[in-house]
Amino acid sequence: MNTNVATMKGKAADVEKDASMRKQKEMMAAHYDRLTAVPQTGEKVCSTFVPGNLNELIGCFDLVNNLPEVNAIQNGLRRTSGQYVLEAEKLGHSEDVCTYVKSDIGMIAKGNIAPNGKPFPNPDVLLLSYTGCFTFMKWFELLREQYQCETIMLHTPYMGDGKVTPNMIQYMVKQLREEVIPKLERVSGVKFDIDRLRERLARSAQAEENLVHVLQSARRRPSPIDAYFGGIYYIGPIFGAFRGTEDAIQYYRFLREEIDARVAAGAGPITPEGDMGPEKYRLVVEGPPNYTNFRQFWKMFYDEGAVVVASSYTKVGGVYDLGFRHDPQRPLETLAEYCLGVYTNRSLPMRIEMLSNYVEEYGADGLLINSIKSCNSFSAGQLLMMREVEKRTGKPAAFVESDLVDPRYFSAANIKNRLESYFQMVEQRRASARSAA
Amino acid sequence: MSAQSMKTFVGIDLGSTTTKSVLIDENQQVIGRGITNSRSNYATAARVAGEEARVDGRFTLFRRALTDAGLLGDGLGDFLAGLERSFRLEQFIERLDDLEATCVGQLKGGRFAALEDRLREALAETFRRLRAEAPDLFAPGAKRKSDFFRDIAGARFYEHAEAVAREGAFPYEVLLNAYDKAIIEVENRPPSGALSEQFRRALARVLESTDGIGSGAADGIRSRIESSLEIDLEESYLVGTGYGRVTLPFSKEHIRSEILCHGLGAHLMYPHTRTVLDIGGQDTKGIQVDGHGIVTSFQMNDRCAAGCGRYLGYIADEMNMGLHELGPMAMKSDKPARINSTCTVFAGAELRDRLSLGERREDIVAGLHRAIILRAISIISRSGGVTNEFTFTGGVAKNQAAVRELRQVVKENYGEVAININPDSIYTGALGAAEFARRAYEGGSRPEGRA
Amino acid sequence: MTMPDTATIVARASALFEDLHFSSAREWKSAAPGRKVIGYMPIYVPREIIHAAGMLPLGIVGGGDQLEVIHGDAYYQSYICRIPRSTIELGVSGRLDFVDGMLFPSICDVIRNLSGMWKLMFPHVYSRYFDVPQNYRDDIGGNYYAQELAELRDALAELRGAPVTDEALRASIVAYNDNRRLVRELYDYRIAQPWQVPAAEVYLLMRAGLVLPVEQHSELLRDYLAAARAVERPRRDNCRVVVAGVFCEQPPLNLIKSLELAGCYVVDDDLLLVTRWLTAEVPTDGDPLQNLALAFLHHSESTAAKYEPNAREKGQHLVRAVRRSKAEGVIFASPSFCDPALLDRPMLQHALSEAGIPYVSFKYAENSGQMQPIREQAGTFADSIKLWSGQ
Repeated sequence: MNTNVATMKGKAADVEKDASMRKQKEMMAAHYDRLTAVPQTGEKVCSTFVPGNLNELIGCFDLVNNLPEVNAIQNGLRRTSGQYVLEAEKLGHSEDVCTYVKSDIGMIAKGNIAPNGKPFPNPDVLLLSYTGCFTFMKWFELLREQYQCETIMLHTPYMGDGKVTPNMIQYMVKQLREEVIPKLERVSGVKFDIDRLRERLARSAQAEENLVHVLQSARRRPSPIDAYFGGIYYIGPIFGAFRGTEDAIQYYRFLREEIDARVAAGAGPITPEGDMGPEKYRLVVEGPPNYTNFRQFWKMFYDEGAVVVASSYTKVGGVYDLGFRHDPQRPLETLAEYCLGVYTNRSLPMRIEMLSNYVEEYGADGLLINSIKSCNSFSAGQLLMMREVEKRTGKPAAFVESDLVDPRYFSAANIKNRLESYFQMVEQRRASARSAA
Repeated sequence: MSAQSMKTFVGIDLGSTTTKSVLIDENQQVIGRGITNSRSNYATAARVAGEEARVDGRFTLFRRALTDAGLLGDGLGDFLAGLERSFRLEQFIERLDDLEATCVGQLKGGRFAALEDRLREALAETFRRLRAEAPDLFAPGAKRKSDFFRDIAGARFYEHAEAVAREGAFPYEVLLNAYDKAIIEVENRPPSGALSEQFRRALARVLESTDGIGSGAADGIRSRIESSLEIDLEESYLVGTGYGRVTLPFSKEHIRSEILCHGLGAHLMYPHTRTVLDIGGQDTKGIQVDGHGIVTSFQMNDRCAAGCGRYLGYIADEMNMGLHELGPMAMKSDKPARINSTCTVFAGAELRDRLSLGERREDIVAGLHRAIILRAISIISRSGGVTNEFTFTGGVAKNQAAVRELRQVVKENYGEVAININPDSIYTGALGAAEFARRAYEGGSRPEGRA
Repeated sequence: MTMPDTATIVARASALFEDLHFSSAREWKSAAPGRKVIGYMPIYVPREIIHAAGMLPLGIVGGGDQLEVIHGDAYYQSYICRIPRSTIELGVSGRLDFVDGMLFPSICDVIRNLSGMWKLMFPHVYSRYFDVPQNYRDDIGGNYYAQELAELRDALAELRGAPVTDEALRASIVAYNDNRRLVRELYDYRIAQPWQVPAAEVYLLMRAGLVLPVEQHSELLRDYLAAARAVERPRRDNCRVVVAGVFCEQPPLNLIKSLELAGCYVVDDDLLLVTRWLTAEVPTDGDPLQNLALAFLHHSESTAAKYEPNAREKGQHLVRAVRRSKAEGVIFASPSFCDPALLDRPMLQHALSEAGIPYVSFKYAENSGQMQPIREQAGTFADSIKLWSGQ
């Protein structure tokens, strides 16, 4: 019996590396190749943001999607963001502001080279989906100055009172119908076809279904996935340029099969160093990760047997686990609802409720907040969120700080010290609860 | 033979500036404490601090033995203090010998070969003078700036070497250079193991120089001290904590986070404490503990180190004052200035700006103390506020102006709450670590390689 | 009855400014039963609607440099600006315990999130994130905004227990039109003779407008204008500057004074924009909410928190402000960690460079204690402008 499980585990791990990860790698490579080949192919490029992205709509106009946030993440992982940030600061950008923006601007100043080593094309249109982040608006005003191209504003009202009103939906649908779509038609030269949009929305919903299945597998013990560090890979295709495509459907089918196999084998999550050891701590994480030291940061968790069972960051490109699916029957309304519902567009009380529920539903030991200097949309108010979640769940929370892609703002010793203290505190509280029982 | 052996539990707190060690027995009683500067080498610092704690532990055993025997009566305290001074003198002289030999070693060969003999004479004269004044340094009531060998020996060496060099027309820098290199070596060598001999010599000197101890009593004292020296202080388990803990060659079972140790240490000192504030050089911690000393939540200063102890250091530098002079100066103020920034980077500029506007130094310094405490209170507030008995630890807890502001701010915001400040608060983390060691042992854990 | 002189008027404004307990608003509230006070933060709310509901709009712009922040710091990381922490301090210390509602305008993510914090921390206060359109078409942004205004009106009506009538709204629009006219008159007077109206006095008068009922504030402005014109003040050889970036977290009063001491007459600024956000008279006939909505879309100030749909227009409002006020340069004073001001700044600077307008930039916090570096930079800037224009 034992040997069987071991073999199965080995196989599951192999399968995972082989299928979904390879598929994602291929998709990313192909996408960057398509983008950088635009001068040859004559395709047109639309730059836009991850939260509130309208990938299905962009696809309807045969535009190639370019995501500056994802480029900044790539620069962080490849450790080139540091020099880009410095370059932007040299150009007059304040050290106080978002490093995604500065990484992007610095990259442009330094030749705008894509991960495949070829230059990024200039965008033909900037689709400013102003959703959940004020900085987006300034970012694309800055890029517009740079590229002098058509810029389309789609304003998503904030869910300040914790609800979507009919006024918000009407406002957004009207913007889509009368501003966004006509302008995309003009830039692309392609006539809008609502049935094409419906097809894409239906494909999105299929992939979304499997993504949710994967994310919710973390309710099991041991969790077969890490829903933060691993989760960031899992959301890649659906948050990026692939929502609404066949590729995404295939990726999430592979992924679901692999995770189901891990569940069947009783396996824990896979890490960059292979299978994680025994699961000792289960955490919910709030906030984006640091990308310049992503692996080092992750290792601080799995070395201690800590697995993240739910995270808010994996909801910035859409909150699917609370039931939302793109609905081909109401194409424009569904896009509006999607934008309105993304995590950073939710009020602080909504976020607190979501995190508290995660702690309960996923059987977590507590909440960890990684507070990101760049991102006030996430960070402003997190200290109150921490207290509230502690109060509601009775579980302890921890607080660490870093930045998205600014290596100057990652202090490994500092973070490790706090994490260790936190894990030991959880352990000690458990021991004391046991002895009291 | 089992009576000759005693189980002890060691906690070591490797801080960024000092390393502390605490030794406790099976009944949670503190046997000894030791402290040393951390240098760049945590392993040595841990060894030296541990050794110091064991020395201190011997004195506890002496006290117990002499108390049990009813010897010396009211004079016990004075006697032990004399014995300790005498012992420190013994140690000091032994280390001077070591330092001299090492300095001489530094002269061999090299550029000064020609001068070697003369330099050796100069060193011999310098050390002769050092030795001659050593008893005064350890006389009753003598004030020493510090108890660390480097601090005592260093200042005196500079003075004597300069005089000797002047008198004999030697290059002073060469002597200095030899010293600077030698002191690092000597400092990193733990004191020699012949402690019992040092104790005996120290005892002999004390008995000789103390009036009113009859020969019968002296025999009694001697035999009690001898039997105390024979007790083997067995290191049953050790736990390390503090920033340097990761550099120790210990396995995970022997390492605890300083926050847990701090919370437990404070609990041992004050069982009713629920909130602990520690303001150290590099960070500020707010810790909440339950009735068993278990940490229930904690917060540290965020990435910005504004308002930590180091801030006061910058201010002292900026004002050309000693760190320990800041508190007394602030106490002279009756209307502290409102200082808004605890940013260390801007501290100097703000200070100069205010001085140039004619504000009084003491008011500015008092305002700075309040700013630090406000920042600390915000960290406490993040961790859950102040519920019952507040314990204040760390270097800044020794600063009376900071303590005055803390009392004020706590009263304003949380009402009447007992505030504990222990004179030994610097050992809080090490004490917690020692108790973790005791509990681990009690729970069946044994040190590695000693199953 | 003798007319008050400027010193008397400024002393009154100054007392209101220094009063962190908002005694005048408290007195207004307790003067008649059922009165309510609605706080609002920068950058803009339609105060007409609050006024029409019989309530007092109360501008909350942080705690300044005289408030000791004890609790507020517990809620924010070191890389977030000061205004939310001192505002929380005002709240938790009970200084706002008479405030029945709080509006958090759409200015940045920090103030946006503060709206949710306020709901949690002060559950008995009516708190609302006040969103404004970033689309300026009448049938898109206009309709959306008119509906948002209606929601606000209805919420206030519920709070007072009686509807807010169109008639009341029109009357309020009249009162605020009058107030804005006076504010513009003061700003124009300063452009003409900046030595007559020091920047710090203008600032204190504008601050008074945040706490006084609009009618009283208008009277204050009228009195001040008359008093200022009556007495000739000494003219100094200062250069003329526009101050930009100060639209949210307030610079310390000392900073404003320091600029003039360093040789700069402030001839325009973006301080307390709410007092002159709408740049044209709002029509008093027809649907009042529609009128307010259209005024917002087509006749309101440009600032970092608003999207500029026209690429060529970006930064031109500042160039125009410089031209209109005959300024010789721009001082960018931005609060540390202020996303809107700091992200917008490079684009504004590009527009100025193209127009050949010199500028200087520095950062501050509402509680900055050191003015020396600011005096030095402003002084150097003033000197260089004089040298440059003398050539």
